[in-house]
Amino acid sequence: MRTYVLAALMFLGSAVMTLAQTDSPVGPIQTVLQNHKETILKSSRKTIGPAIDAVVASKLPQARSMLNVWQSKNMWHHKPSGLFYQAQKAEGKIYRLLDLDTGDIVDEVDKSDLKQIKPNSGIRALIATALVRFQLEDPDPLIRAKGLTGIERAPDASLLKPLLASIDSETDPELKARKSRLAKLLTISFSDDGPARIAAIEALSGDLGLDVRGALNPLVSKVTKAFEGEIPSSLNVAQTRIPGRDEFTKAIAYQLLVDAGKAPAQITGDQIRVALGEHIDGGLVGGVPIVQLGDEDARIRAYSALATAGKVPPLVSDADIESTLSSFSFADIYAEPSPDVSKAAEAALSSISTRVSLSQTADLTLDALSLASIYFLAAIGLAITFGVMGVINMAHGEFIMMGAYTGYVVQQLIPNHTVSIIVAVPLAFAVTFAAGVALERLVIRWLYNRPLETLLATFGVSIALQQLAKNIFGTQARPLTAPEWLDGALVLNPVISISYIRIAIFVLALIFLGVFLYIMKRTRLGLETRAVTQNPQMAGAMGINPGRVNMLTFGLGSGIAGVAGVAIGLFAKVTSELGSDYIVQSFMTVVVGGVGNIWGTLAGATMIGFFQKGVEWMNPSNTLAAQTYMIIFIIIFIQFRPRGIIALKGRAAGD
Amino acid sequence: MQKSFVMRNPSTLVFLGALAMFTILVTVLAEGSGAGLISTSFVKTLGKTLCLALIAVAMDLVWGYTGILSLGHFAFFGLGGYMIGMWLMYERTRGIVEASLAEAKIPPTAQEVTDAIGNQIFGVVGSSEFPIIWSVADSLALQLALVVLVPGALAAAFGWLAFRSRVTGVYLSILTQAMTLALALYLFQNDSGLRGNNGLSGLQNLPGLDHVAQSTVSIWFFWASAFALALGYLFAAWMVSGKFGSVIRGIRDNEARVRFLGYPVETYKLFLFTVTAMIAGIAGALYYPQAGIINPAEVAPIASIYLAVWVAIGGRGRLYGAVIGAAFVSLVSSWFTGGQVPDVNLGFYTVKWVDWWLIVLGLSFVAVTLFAPKGIGGLFDLWSEHRSPNRHGADLGPSAGSLQEKEAVE
Repeated sequence: MRTYVLAALMFLGSAVMTLAQTDSPVGPIQTVLQNHKETILKSSRKTIGPAIDAVVASKLPQARSMLNVWQSKNMWHHKPSGLFYQAQKAEGKIYRLLDLDTGDIVDEVDKSDLKQIKPNSGIRALIATALVRFQLEDPDPLIRAKGLTGIERAPDASLLKPLLASIDSETDPELKARKSRLAKLLTISFSDDGPARIAAIEALSGDLGLDVRGALNPLVSKVTKAFEGEIPSSLNVAQTRIPGRDEFTKAIAYQLLVDAGKAPAQITGDQIRVALGEHIDGGLVGGVPIVQLGDEDARIRAYSALATAGKVPPLVSDADIESTLSSFSFADIYAEPSPDVSKAAEAALSSISTRVSLSQTADLTLDALSLASIYFLAAIGLAITFGVMGVINMAHGEFIMMGAYTGYVVQQLIPNHTVSIIVAVPLAFAVTFAAGVALERLVIRWLYNRPLETLLATFGVSIALQQLAKNIFGTQARPLTAPEWLDGALVLNPVISISYIRIAIFVLALIFLGVFLYIMKRTRLGLETRAVTQNPQMAGAMGINPGRVNMLTFGLGSGIAGVAGVAIGLFAKVTSELGSDYIVQSFMTVVVGGVGNIWGTLAGATMIGFFQKGVEWMNPSNTLAAQTYMIIFIIIFIQFRPRGIIALKGRAAGD
Repeated sequence: MQKSFVMRNPSTLVFLGALAMFTILVTVLAEGSGAGLISTSFVKTLGKTLCLALIAVAMDLVWGYTGILSLGHFAFFGLGGYMIGMWLMYERTRGIVEASLAEAKIPPTAQEVTDAIGNQIFGVVGSSEFPIIWSVADSLALQLALVVLVPGALAAAFGWLAFRSRVTGVYLSILTQAMTLALALYLFQNDSGLRGNNGLSGLQNLPGLDHVAQSTVSIWFFWASAFALALGYLFAAWMVSGKFGSVIRGIRDNEARVRFLGYPVETYKLFLFTVTAMIAGIAGALYYPQAGIINPAEVAPIASIYLAVWVAIGGRGRLYGAVIGAAFVSLVSSWFTGGQVPDVNLGFYTVKWVDWWLIVLGLSFVAVTLFAPKGIGGLFDLWSEHRSPNRHGADLGPSAGSLQEKEAVE
């Protein structure tokens, strides 16, 4: 008996304790919820607004987590106490209750005492909007930025209000600018307030962002419609159309009527054929023998006969079309009902498109410049071996390839991309320098004065090297990854951007130009090279060893090709055909520029780069055509300046 | 007394005799006409080789005799192939289309037939319209004329531009290479009107001759190729044996001197360039029906360079050398790359000839250039004890005439 009493007492005690806990003064958010208990329990999209607004207006720090809980259907109503909790399933039917204010576990209760608040999708969207507001007013600028990115990605009418509300309190100037821009975009797309939209459109009329054009384009989208009689004045008419004028042909106009179901469709040749096939009657169709039906006129005759007999729909003659069209008027109608808004949008778009085309020109110039620097890089080695020494080295492209593969191999050994590139550049130079010296010693020196034979012999070397690379590295492309700091692009505005690799290549091309000029004009080797190429006998008489100078110069040209290979490998895939893709263009660059002059090579590369980009711009889908036209252009160009853009004159020309 | 052409050129007679013997031998052994010891595909390979020999003769004329290293003659070869391919493809597709339309209840109109052919041919490149260059594709006679006219016109236009501005030597070589590259890139486009990189296919089927077995067709083409080679060889031998031959050899050895002697060097070069382009076109027109397919890769610059390789290995400056070079190198190449040659096991590495053949070819090409400038044809000189005099030292190069190092010094 005593034990029973004790047990009962203890039970009571614990019950009292629980009660005490639940009865303790409720937290502030709970108070807000309790004030709107009815609407929350009712969970209707139409009436829930004040409840959410109240939570937001409370400006409590815990309001946000509370809304999250609500949105994710984790808020439960504890029926006995009438309070709202976050609930977690403990075990079986027992649920653990967490206080919405503090997040502490307050109790474990049976599920039968709980009611889950299940907000429908409409309410969840309202909560999400409220959350966005929290995000936009969060003290952490990173979270605010994230919130903006979210809106940019999925703009919605409901987001406009919280966004506008958050602008004034924004402290970060950058974020403030972003917010007000975004607010303007949303105003354009979703606002009902005409003057506000026009103001927003005008404010954004110089903005190149794709999102601005994305917001403006729907405002100027229009469809051509046909009207019986007059065009209703309530519509926002862009332009009236008259069939047969401009691109609006009578056929298009008639097709419009057919699509709208306002006129019978024209009978096509196929339909005539099918219809004739269906009405064969003892070797005759509409009184015309089948064998004659291989003729257009006979078919028409047969079909007309069938139509007269009422078996097929009649042909629509040109006169029919004419008379049908005359009873209709046509006009382009804006989807946007307000003429002021569409007019403002048209004006803004046209000013944007002017700026876009200006920027595109600048972007194209940068592209062309970067293509030119690639050509220059590929050709500068040739400018030494072919331009200065006059040796045709068809294996030059393979030296570029060797350089690229050297970079690839180094990257396999040294995983750090920055270090590996720093190692690869001198190593590629060393490898191709050695290869160049070997080629000069073994092959080319026996063939001086016989350029055609040199061409063929080095071509033999070229196919052997290419196949060797294939045997070693396989036919699939090998990646040569640029260091991280070369990733990405320099974005000047949404239209003009240039990747850092291209900038690096441009800089590298400039460095090469400097190195070349320095070696040729300022060093002993350069002096001797120029002497030997002008007159080997005389140079020999002056104590220069022509064999040695030729060997070193050739090695230098080849070594530069190797370094160029590393650079080219960074943006192109490294394959055994890497070099042969560039060899013809490289020779062209040197020939067009003027043999024997580095400025000529520079001019040649620039001209070819700009020309090719220009052709690509005119016909962007077709880079093959651009190359074709470029080569034809070069062939014709050489007619007028056979010695290139910058021709050597006098004794240096060597003839 | 003027000796007869054959007396002056005994090698021509020997060559024609050998070619005739070879043709008879193949005919007797071939599957379609004789003992069946030679398979149809090998007959086609031999026929193709004869076509390659023909373009090699043309190349020898232009390079070995005139000294213009053209790296673009395969462009003309390919164009010839495209021209005949257009007719073959059009007519054959028409046969198929007419057969299928004949099933229909209503006879087709002429326009419907043309549209259906266009659809068949250009469906792969997403078009159905006939481009303007196909406007005479239904006429065999016109298309055959185009086989020589199109390469000839291109060669004439290109040559006129190039020779007029005195582009010579390696510059000309690079320009011709650029020309082939431009043509290949152009043909690679889908809207070039020649089916882009799909090329023209099914060329081995002669329209209207479906009942004739391929074995028979192959021997016909073999004969045609042999006949064309014989004619081409005779024509080339006749060209180089007379005064014309002396002039072009003079141009090769010292162009400026020939010009000062009053010869219109540019006209000679242009004429020769154009004529050899036409010969190349004919060779291509015979080659591609045997190959069955032509695509822009055939016109790629590398093909023309191989042509130079054949002529150099065979021995340039002698017509039979070119033929031997083309036949030898192309047959050996297809033997090695065909995977029929046993691999060499070195213990630590197995040499697969499919992979290593190009390296051998490339290096042997270097070796021939360095050590045996006369090529395989030089062996005949050893045999006939026809030695060139020891002229002390290296060749001075094309513009220094036929003089050599030591002679020039003396």
